Amino acid sequence: MVHYLLGRFGQALAVLALTFTAAFLLLQVLPGDAIMIKFMAPEMALTPEQIADIRAAYGADLPLWERYLSTVGQFLTGNFGYSIQAGVPVSKLLLTNLPSTLLLASLGFTAALILTILLAAASNMTGMGWLRAGLQALPSLFISVPVFWLGIMLIQIFSFQLGLVSVISPGPVEKLVLPVMTLAIPISAPLAQILMRNIDQVLTQPFVAVARAKGASRSWVLWRHVARNALLPTLTIAGVLFGELLAGAVVTEAVFGLSGLGGLTYQAVGNHDTAVLQAIVVISALAFVTINLIVDLLYPVLDPRLGSKVGATA
Amino acid sequence: MSTTPLLEVDDLAISYRTNDRDQRVVHGVSFKVMPGEVVALVGESGSGKTTTAQAVLGLLAGNGKVDGGVIRLNGTDISRWSQKRLDGIRGAVVSLIPQDPGSSLNPVRTIGSQLAEVMQIHKRGDRRTIQKRVIELLERVGLTPAEMRAQQYPHELSGGMRQRVLIAIAVALNPALIVADEPTSALDVTVQRRILDLIDELRRENGTAVLLVTHDLGVAADRADRLVVLQGGRIQEQGAVKEVLAAPSSAYTRRLLSDAPSLGKPRPVRILTDNQDFAIDVEGLSHDFPLTGGEAKTFRALDGVSFKVRRGSTHAIVGESGSGKTTAVRSVVGFLKPTAGRILVDGVDLTTLKGEPLRRFRKHIQLVYQNPYGSLDPRQTIARIVEEPLLNFEPIPAADRARKVRDMLNRVGLSESFLDRPPRALSGGQRQRVAIARALVLDPRVLVLDEAVSALDVTVQAQILALLDELQKTLGLTYLFVSHDLAVVRQISDTVSVMHKGRQVDGGPIETVFGRPDSAYTRELIDAIPGRSMPAAAALASEPALHARLTP
Repeated sequence: MVHYLLGRFGQALAVLALTFTAAFLLLQVLPGDAIMIKFMAPEMALTPEQIADIRAAYGADLPLWERYLSTVGQFLTGNFGYSIQAGVPVSKLLLTNLPSTLLLASLGFTAALILTILLAAASNMTGMGWLRAGLQALPSLFISVPVFWLGIMLIQIFSFQLGLVSVISPGPVEKLVLPVMTLAIPISAPLAQILMRNIDQVLTQPFVAVARAKGASRSWVLWRHVARNALLPTLTIAGVLFGELLAGAVVTEAVFGLSGLGGLTYQAVGNHDTAVLQAIVVISALAFVTINLIVDLLYPVLDPRLGSKVGATA
Repeated sequence: MSTTPLLEVDDLAISYRTNDRDQRVVHGVSFKVMPGEVVALVGESGSGKTTTAQAVLGLLAGNGKVDGGVIRLNGTDISRWSQKRLDGIRGAVVSLIPQDPGSSLNPVRTIGSQLAEVMQIHKRGDRRTIQKRVIELLERVGLTPAEMRAQQYPHELSGGMRQRVLIAIAVALNPALIVADEPTSALDVTVQRRILDLIDELRRENGTAVLLVTHDLGVAADRADRLVVLQGGRIQEQGAVKEVLAAPSSAYTRRLLSDAPSLGKPRPVRILTDNQDFAIDVEGLSHDFPLTGGEAKTFRALDGVSFKVRRGSTHAIVGESGSGKTTAVRSVVGFLKPTAGRILVDGVDLTTLKGEPLRRFRKHIQLVYQNPYGSLDPRQTIARIVEEPLLNFEPIPAADRARKVRDMLNRVGLSESFLDRPPRALSGGQRQRVAIARALVLDPRVLVLDEAVSALDVTVQAQILALLDELQKTLGLTYLFVSHDLAVVRQISDTVSVMHKGRQVDGGPIETVFGRPDSAYTRELIDAIPGRSMPAAAALASEPALHARLTP
């Protein structure tokens, strides 16, 4: 067990280190840098010597490996460097933008999970064939809808047609309703598909027949026998889909005009603000790795077969 | 014994709906089970025995439905009851012992909680009473220490132990009827005996009736009071076990009896002692598997096994699961490098070969697997499947290959019309014939048959065994026959090795090993074979008039 834990932690750290290095190298080979863009602008009217001084001040003239090592050192001490464009520490930018995105992402993820379970449960509990067929077809519909289009449609329907959600100065909760839905629906689709298929598969297992032979009702069997077995593979996919969640959050923020990591990323890309981009990549990777680490650690809890390796004899 | 039957199935008809068409699988089946009685539903695959049993529990697969007839439990027709209403009696009045203990317990819940569940569903007592009863029941079915076992998960128990848990679940509420659907088919023969003894004991204690579904006439003969023989969804005959076995009235029952491999029917002894020409000579074969998780620990799967097989004879390797018989065979075929020992096949030491020479040598020693469903590529035609081995060796012109394939199919008793068919269009027996043709197309000297007839019904099994016998005579083949079924082994082999925990505990000519076994283990194995109560099937088989009538 300790072996398993150490291995998983090691893997997570290795993924983080590799992501950091890859992102660093990619950002460095991009032609042009933020300093050039900001200070070579004609209105700044700086001489090449002055620009060279500024570059030296930022450490941009050092060889690649030296810059790499100093950036590693900075990140390890929690210093993400300076945003050249905004002229403030990156950590300050993150502090203002990260919480709203984090809230949006976690609400979206939770909503996606709830939607998934509702869909799967409803389609399995209903006795009506047509309703079941309809519910089972929903995920394929959800999966084929692009996030930006979905966002626009939701605004159209709920704000303009039905007038349920105000577009102009909505309240803090009201503001989040549509973005969370926009984010949750495309993520719940593959999850629901996998969960439904797994439930169908587990239902054919002999232990389900044994449970029915004990006199258990359909819903008793579903919740006490099928659910946990069917959730295992769904969990893996949920971890993988978290990456999609981050990408989706960026688009969603753009569609709904919310401030957050999305807007920050957009600006940083436009301005070649490498320090900001490096921090965003590392934070995204950290979130992704953490979620998948949690999934891996949950496995042995949900499935005892993965916890012990002791086989039976005799 | 009271005069009202506990269970009365009357003119029951069941069909399955596939592709919008109803396929009738049970046609007007009627039988009774009296209180405390054991009735066996016997039949081959597709006979409708399991479907009938499922209908009694109201647990037909989703596409199955009862078309007609009644199922009376204690005089009340339950065949039209809703699932909700049936939930009230399932587990409490009628319970199930399922076929496959491996997948019949929920892998993510402790066995204690799964045993407690049946009492929770029917609200028998509070937590403490139920917990106490769980421990009691586990002790009763021989799972000790019960407190520890209750906390274990299914994967921590062996197949036999899991079946004990399932039996405990079935008897927990002291039902009037237990439906036992092939309760021991997935278990080793010695475990099977203990499990059947346990079911017997418990039902006697509680006066429970048992509807025993089995393909094994031997099991039915030993354990049941009455037999119901099913074929193609129709009852062929029914009656008291002794009467049916002594004087079967239907031709089908007679054929089942004559095809059943029983201990009464050994193969005629062949004089081979003067033949010193050995096709296989295995000496001191040992194999260690590294254990995962540990340091340099190993598990000894094979420990100093030696045997010799004369050319043109059949040597059997018998053993239960975990005995090392599969490891032994994989070494002889050259798939595993043994840790120690020597394997001479036609005088060539296989253990010294590797790479290309080993691949070429495999031509001489071919394998037929157990599962005729998994061992044929579903996307290839029969012609292609049989031809494929030829493509791996010296190039042969296409016309010659086609001729060889046709010859081979004819030899195994399949007509040329099979050439273009996919495997799914074939029955289990036909598939096994294809697998044999594929193995023989390379003209091997040795054929390794790994549980090659275990998955087949008895009548089909008898046909395949006859085919193997004939091929051996005409082609002079040497067989290495791996099986867990001692009755079949006795029928086909000349010599035998009995394996137990990686060691060969007995070995030699078949009549010596079966008649005067050296080891206690072999004796236990022989005693555990079901079918002691069967009349000598040999007598039936040797009746010429009858035999002529049965062979189509």
